[in-house]
Amino acid sequence: MSTSLLWVFAGCALIGMGSAAVGSFAFLRKRSLVGDAVAHSLLPGVVLAFLLFQQKELWILFVGALLSGALSMWSIEFISKNSKLSSDAAIAISLSIFFSLGIVLLTYAQQSGLPNQSGLQHFLFGKAAAMLPEDVFLFAGINALIFGCIILLYPQLKLFTFDPAFAKSIGLPSRWINFCLSFLTVLAIASGIQAVGVVLMAAFIFTPPAAARFWTSRLSHMIVLSVVIGLLSAVGGAGISYSASGMPTGPWIIICMSLLAFFTFAFAPKRGFYSRWRRGWRHSRKMKEENVLKTLYHLREREGREEFGHSSLMALRGFDARELEQSIDSLMRKGLIGKKGSAKLHLSAQGLEEARRIVRLHRLWELYLNTRLSLPQDHVHADAEAIEHIITPEVEAALIRDLNYPLSDPHASEIPGIADMKKDE
Amino acid sequence: MIALEAHNLTVRYNKQPVLWNVDFSIPAGSLAGIIGPNGSGKTTLLKAAMGILGSDSGYVRFFGKELDAVREKVSYVPQRQSVDWDFPASVMDVVLMGRYRAGKLLGRLSKTDREIAAEALEQVGLYPLRKQHISELSGGQQQRTFIARSLAQQADIFLMDEPFAGIDAASEESIISLLQSLRSSGKTVILVHHDLHTAIEFFDHVVLLNTRLVAAGPKTETLSVENLNATYGGQLTVLNKIAELVRKQEYPLREKNTKD
Ligand SMILES: Nc1ncnc2c1ncn2[C@@H]1O[C@H](COP(=O)(O)OP(=O)(O)OP(=O)(O)O)[C@@H](O)[C@H]1O
Ligand SMILES: [Mg+2]
Repeated sequence: MSTSLLWVFAGCALIGMGSAAVGSFAFLRKRSLVGDAVAHSLLPGVVLAFLLFQQKELWILFVGALLSGALSMWSIEFISKNSKLSSDAAIAISLSIFFSLGIVLLTYAQQSGLPNQSGLQHFLFGKAAAMLPEDVFLFAGINALIFGCIILLYPQLKLFTFDPAFAKSIGLPSRWINFCLSFLTVLAIASGIQAVGVVLMAAFIFTPPAAARFWTSRLSHMIVLSVVIGLLSAVGGAGISYSASGMPTGPWIIICMSLLAFFTFAFAPKRGFYSRWRRGWRHSRKMKEENVLKTLYHLREREGREEFGHSSLMALRGFDARELEQSIDSLMRKGLIGKKGSAKLHLSAQGLEEARRIVRLHRLWELYLNTRLSLPQDHVHADAEAIEHIITPEVEAALIRDLNYPLSDPHASEIPGIADMKKDE
Repeated sequence: MIALEAHNLTVRYNKQPVLWNVDFSIPAGSLAGIIGPNGSGKTTLLKAAMGILGSDSGYVRFFGKELDAVREKVSYVPQRQSVDWDFPASVMDVVLMGRYRAGKLLGRLSKTDREIAAEALEQVGLYPLRKQHISELSGGQQQRTFIARSLAQQADIFLMDEPFAGIDAASEESIISLLQSLRSSGKTVILVHHDLHTAIEFFDHVVLLNTRLVAAGPKTETLSVENLNATYGGQLTVLNKIAELVRKQEYPLREKNTKD
């Protein structure tokens, strides 16, 4: 690997890390769109700096970018504070004005015939290959500032981000904290002008935190994870764009970032689609099994016998034949039902207990709807069919107490188990 | 002693006055209600008192002093809906926020701070949920989290914005008894309330507000039909209920009229 490639990787990594870190706060403050407007607004500053100094050294252009980014951020706040426009509108106005001004200036500069104007268009979509050691030092300095502030001011930033009114009420210098966060955001975004380009830079601010949020509910973990995602995608994207020469860097980095984000949305624990789908599936399996137990209980109650074939189950409740088979297998494995002969099913002692619990919840809920919410008798069954599967023991106890140990439901069927509870008291 | 005094307070949004020459005081050791319909400027009043919003004229003093001089004695509880409860934090994290002080900007929290926060959680009955993520809380639990944060501040005067909005009767009851115990330990509790149906029997001092001050003073003198009429305008259903209450001059205790 050549040393110049190492500089490119180091530079991209620093840009990805710093922006993902400040981005976490912008994301939580719902200010991601402001980041997008600021990124687009860097362009006129970059081109103006070039026209003024006729040089393409990064730090000169960087200062230009910083100034126009800050101006755009300030103009958004000014518009939304001093007009009746919503902040969305203020963001859109600022973005379109600054970006069109930037494009006009860019076109002008390209037609100006200035000797070193070629390559200016790379500021739109980024070209990491041009990165020099001194650029990387600049990014390292920016990162030191960003991480230094976050570590030093962490409790204040957290408090301010969560509840700005409370922060102000205890006397935190909110204006100063707000300024500090805004300044760091502009700084991080401006650091991407060369490698990522103004069009896509905002994704660095909001994609990594959004993905990281799926994995954790702790702010500190979220920031660290977000930084890791920013780092991996910046290095990955830079690598791809470098090996397929001529490709702009920005889009490749964003593609890597989005792939990581999609992976996260799909597979993150708890919040991810897969785990939500799995929970849904588990619940529906549990529901089907509980319905089988309940139906066996109803049959017992109705006919006074212990053993029933599949057909009696099917007759009482419209099971899907294959699902019924699966539920029965699973219940037998758990020892909740037993099978005698070829197809005679009966509830085991443990299964009977469980069935009584489900029927009890069903009838308690029916009674509750009927007496407390005055729903008519014939309207309560459908709701109870769903609720019986989710009532927890605590809610059950509260229901029983609230209804004062009822012995029968609105349809005058016995609520199993209540009579014994009364005796225990 | 006067715990809070608003003098000639005027606050405007875009030149439109939302509070207009509001002038009242609340004695220390009372449980006071700031009452008025939606949009009457109650939230604005608290925010102006806490210096979160600037005022156009007038001032608010606490125990006769500027806010900055007594800030650590004043605790503010914003409206529950004003924050995003999906923020990545645990219940304990939020309550610990009550231990930060502007004075010790860079200081980390000590063991004592954690004990105070734990005790505050105990008081609102949320200690078992301290590690829970705040997005998993019910509305009433969110409110109690906020109140625990406020208790952790160990202030002498509490300003609470709608602590009963959107919570169930059980949570309301436990919050009320907590506030009463604060009062009996000599603290001043001032809370914003927009509803005349509930909780009104617990105030001993009321401020009726509708952009202008309608009336302020001890509850029994202030809650007259004319005052309520001026505050609530055409809302007759509310009015009739309250008029009846006022006529009887006797506010039923919650323990007697059981809910449901
Ligand atoms: N940021 C703002 N900009 C402009 N007007 C505002 C702003 N905040 C509040 N207002 C207006 O000020 C008035 C008072 O608002 P405030 O929030 O103080 O009322 P409130 O009494 O707390 O009402 P609620 O019971 O709904 O909480 C309202 O008419 C509202 O429209
Ligand atoms: Mg309000």
